[in-house]
Amino acid sequence: MSEPVLLQLVADLAAGRIRVVDLTQTLSPEFPQIVLPPEMGQAWPFRIEEASRYDARGPGWYWNNFSCSEHTGTHFDAPIHWISGRHLPDNSTDTIPAERFIAPACVIDCSREAAADSDFLLGIDALRQWERRHGRIPAGSWILMRTDWSKRTDPVAYQNLDATGQHTPGPDTDAVKFLVDERQVLGFGSEAIGTDAGQAFHLKPPYPCHYYMHGSGRFGLQCLTNLDLLPPTGAVIVAAPLKIKEGSGSPLRVLALVPSSPSAPARAAKTTVAKTGRLRNKRPKKRR
Amino acid sequence: MKSRRAAYDDVVVVCPTTLPYVRYSIHGAHWFLAGALAELLKRSGLAKDRIDGLCVSSFTLAPDSAVGLTQHLGLTLRWLDHIPMGGACGIVALRRAARAVQSGDADFVACIAGDTNHTDSFRQNLATFSQFARDAVYPYGSGGANASFAFLTAYYMRAYGARPEDFGKLCVAQRTNALAFPTAVMKKPLTLDDYLTARMIADPLRLYDCVMPCAGADAFLVLRRGEAEKLGLPYARILATIERHNAFPDDPIQYRGGWALDKDEMYAQAGVGPDDIDVVAAYDDYPVINVMQIEDLGFCEKGQGPDFVRRNTFTADGSFPFNTSGGQLSGGQAGAAGGFLGLVEVIRQITGQSIGAKVPDARLGLVSGFGMINYDRGLCSGAAILAAGQ
Amino acid sequence: MTRPLVRPPRKNPILRTRVPTLPPGSRSRVAQGLTAAAARGEFELQVCRDCGTVQYPPREACRKCLSHRLDWRAQDGAGALVSETTLHHSNELFYRERMPWRLGVIKLDSGPVVVAHLHGDCPPAPSRVHVRAGLDKAGQAALIAVPQKDTPNMADDRQLREMTCDPKFRKILITDAKTALGQALVEAVVAAGADLVWAGYAEPWKKPPGFERLTKLPQVSLVPLDLTDSRAVKNLAGEIGSRVDILINTADHHRTYGIAAREGVEVARAEMDTNYFGLLRLAQEFAPAMRTRGADGQSSAVAWVNLLSVFALSNFPPHGTYSASKAAALSLAQCLRAELAPSGVRVINVFPGPIDDEWSQALPPPKIAPERLAADIVGALRGGAEDVFPGDIAQDWLARWRDNPKALERELALTPAML
Repeated sequence: MSEPVLLQLVADLAAGRIRVVDLTQTLSPEFPQIVLPPEMGQAWPFRIEEASRYDARGPGWYWNNFSCSEHTGTHFDAPIHWISGRHLPDNSTDTIPAERFIAPACVIDCSREAAADSDFLLGIDALRQWERRHGRIPAGSWILMRTDWSKRTDPVAYQNLDATGQHTPGPDTDAVKFLVDERQVLGFGSEAIGTDAGQAFHLKPPYPCHYYMHGSGRFGLQCLTNLDLLPPTGAVIVAAPLKIKEGSGSPLRVLALVPSSPSAPARAAKTTVAKTGRLRNKRPKKRR
Repeated sequence: MKSRRAAYDDVVVVCPTTLPYVRYSIHGAHWFLAGALAELLKRSGLAKDRIDGLCVSSFTLAPDSAVGLTQHLGLTLRWLDHIPMGGACGIVALRRAARAVQSGDADFVACIAGDTNHTDSFRQNLATFSQFARDAVYPYGSGGANASFAFLTAYYMRAYGARPEDFGKLCVAQRTNALAFPTAVMKKPLTLDDYLTARMIADPLRLYDCVMPCAGADAFLVLRRGEAEKLGLPYARILATIERHNAFPDDPIQYRGGWALDKDEMYAQAGVGPDDIDVVAAYDDYPVINVMQIEDLGFCEKGQGPDFVRRNTFTADGSFPFNTSGGQLSGGQAGAAGGFLGLVEVIRQITGQSIGAKVPDARLGLVSGFGMINYDRGLCSGAAILAAGQ
Repeated sequence: MTRPLVRPPRKNPILRTRVPTLPPGSRSRVAQGLTAAAARGEFELQVCRDCGTVQYPPREACRKCLSHRLDWRAQDGAGALVSETTLHHSNELFYRERMPWRLGVIKLDSGPVVVAHLHGDCPPAPSRVHVRAGLDKAGQAALIAVPQKDTPNMADDRQLREMTCDPKFRKILITDAKTALGQALVEAVVAAGADLVWAGYAEPWKKPPGFERLTKLPQVSLVPLDLTDSRAVKNLAGEIGSRVDILINTADHHRTYGIAAREGVEVARAEMDTNYFGLLRLAQEFAPAMRTRGADGQSSAVAWVNLLSVFALSNFPPHGTYSASKAAALSLAQCLRAELAPSGVRVINVFPGPIDDEWSQALPPPKIAPERLAADIVGALRGGAEDVFPGDIAQDWLARWRDNPKALERELALTPAML
């Protein structure tokens, strides 16, 4: 009998007994996009062009045209995105069954470890430790790796590139295989710019999260924020990508439905990337 | 040197006419040209339909040329010429008209020159004056001929030791002449001190070295002596004329004009010498050109101009009566009429019809024309020697 | 003796900004031959192929033998100053506002007599001078006589400065200061006396070597600028646009593909987005303010420099899509030049051959070093040219293109495909 449950959901939302937490970064031109070597095809950054703004181009209305990659900002990765998932059935954003877009989430708090080590890799031990405290990871759940990386509002710190590439946290190969083979999760979500760690090119296989998740028909979520407002279990994620024909993914709104409780943090931390990522400005000595 | 050109026989010039000059006018050039023609007819006693030849000079007649004027003024002609030669147009109009009458191509040729002057006339005229000026002079800022004549004046002063006082003397004399002339634009006396301390325009030219553009017209009539006598009009005979364009093109700067090439032939044709001349009118857009004409027309050697100026006086009652109506420098430059101004004044003086300061016993006059600064020098030069008719 | 330029006092904010006026800009078509040469920084006059007479002013037929065969040839400009004047009055607004103004008439050793602007250090006539051609504020060729030997502070002559775009005491925006050329240019304009250099950078998370060094220069102010982001361009223009005297657009997306070597339009689209649309965005946002400041005192808005490429003249097929994007930028730069013309702000297009950077790595030398290119750009600002072809390859291709553009097209098509 689903009907009273849904009405109850609506009533709980209205009364605040269920909160909606927005896990989505704002799409803006300043938000960093993934960096690939220059010889390769690149992901478009988010760009927006005004079509009119109550002016000669359109006196009574304001609207824009925008452009971006399927993988710009907070976004969803479909199995067809990776070579390991290219032949699977129902593997693109338009063919994934819609019921798979609503699922519970397990939030793994790695914020301390990530603060100490930008290249932190989430391993099986940490997962087992989490299960000892919060119970077995249910099949069909999202695994969200909380690192508080979204609090890095300076795009330079967010990208965290140096001469050897990107340094952001992610899962190691064994953890991914465990989540896929032993726990049948729905997908993996992270706050950084990739589900895989920044240096995952050097793991075996390279980019194991993409490789195994997508290779088994599972999904990814990236550039999430506000994971620190979620309980370790009990949140339900709504993450429905745009229905792009043969789409490999899309930017999307990721919402978490969370039961209100005294233990949940009251205030959302500021996580949007700063509007202008200015480097340290050295002002000229004389006043202008 | 014996001239091989035909004399002018019994072709004469009558009715020196000036339509009073004004600084600015809202009328078109046609108004002034018509006015001068009407005045000419009134003085001559001829009906308009007796005029069968017309010479026109004007800078502001556009988009009309002389042809348009025929219909505008209701003239039916068998001879027509348009003379776009600036300060030389009077001499050249006289030459053209005289041969037309002499050959029988026309009997009564009216020669008129005139221009209007709107507040933007000068600027508009400049823009379309000549290709070389547009390409190679105006971009440099002079907005007219001032820079070209400043170069010339500076060079002349350096080469021949002319001083500002020398040019000033001519300007002061012409102002004195102008004060006696009823329609001169300049009405206030000018002292040498005024001249020397006036506002600098283009070093070394100061304010009183430059003419004042205005609107107006001048005219005269060319016909056979018999007709002039029938009409009872005092007349001047044409003893000789010369004309030259683009003389001395290889001179790095213009320190002499075409008269230097042709003056001997002119005096030979006229059968007189410089000492015989009673009154001189030279084209005076700038004082240095006056001095150049005095030299090149044989009144002194090249380079002796400053000395000549110091030794003579130039008012109507002076030792060398010169630009006796004030010239353009004090009379105003009514566009192309500036090319007629001197000719018309000399005709008056030698036919006893002076309306200003009178040159005593003037019977032989020399008129010189100069004009069209196409690039860096005046291209046209001309001169005529006229004698009293009766 | 020319007095050295001093830093101008701060502008009084309550006074109206003087609107730009121009010297007379009308020229006959044949006189535009002088302009074509001056645009390249050359002084050329017509020389009769049949009798050798040198012509001035420009004309349709030889003044000596009437031949139509007149060829524009380089002149050394040596001559004798015959006479001079100083204007204290003019009917031309431009000159009226700049009195007094020195002019000379010079007899060139090659024959013709020319009227020219006269540098303040030229000795009074008679004297020997050197005549040069440059572009004046109207964008047309004008002649200026300068002393035979350089004099101290010669470039600071008030009249000569009206024909140049000197960086001294000016404020300069370099749109991409991260590339090797961008960095070299920042240093070069600082050395040339710029008061303030805004160093633009996109994608702050990508830090090329050497970029941090720029932050140590006191004149340099780093500003975020991504030419593919309309809002970012608009925002920066809102912040600094009314202060930019010289804009140098160095943003350049350069990849090494023709048509067949790469699937999809992605690379070409990215090249166009920076090289062509980037210029369009910049022009829409920065040109209006520069246009109003063309006569704004000693440190007026004076130049807009575009880093194009000699590939813009004739497509270099190994870098085929890049060439096309530069050709598109060239055409748009011509549009910008026409739109800025009434303000006297000069659009300077720079057409280097391959720059010695990573995207020309596979091309054989000679390649132009970024430091040399930066020096040439500063030289173009100080000179009077608007089309600059720096380096040996650029000069070579220009010569071939002017001689026979179809032959150059064939020659470039035979270049083996490279990485």
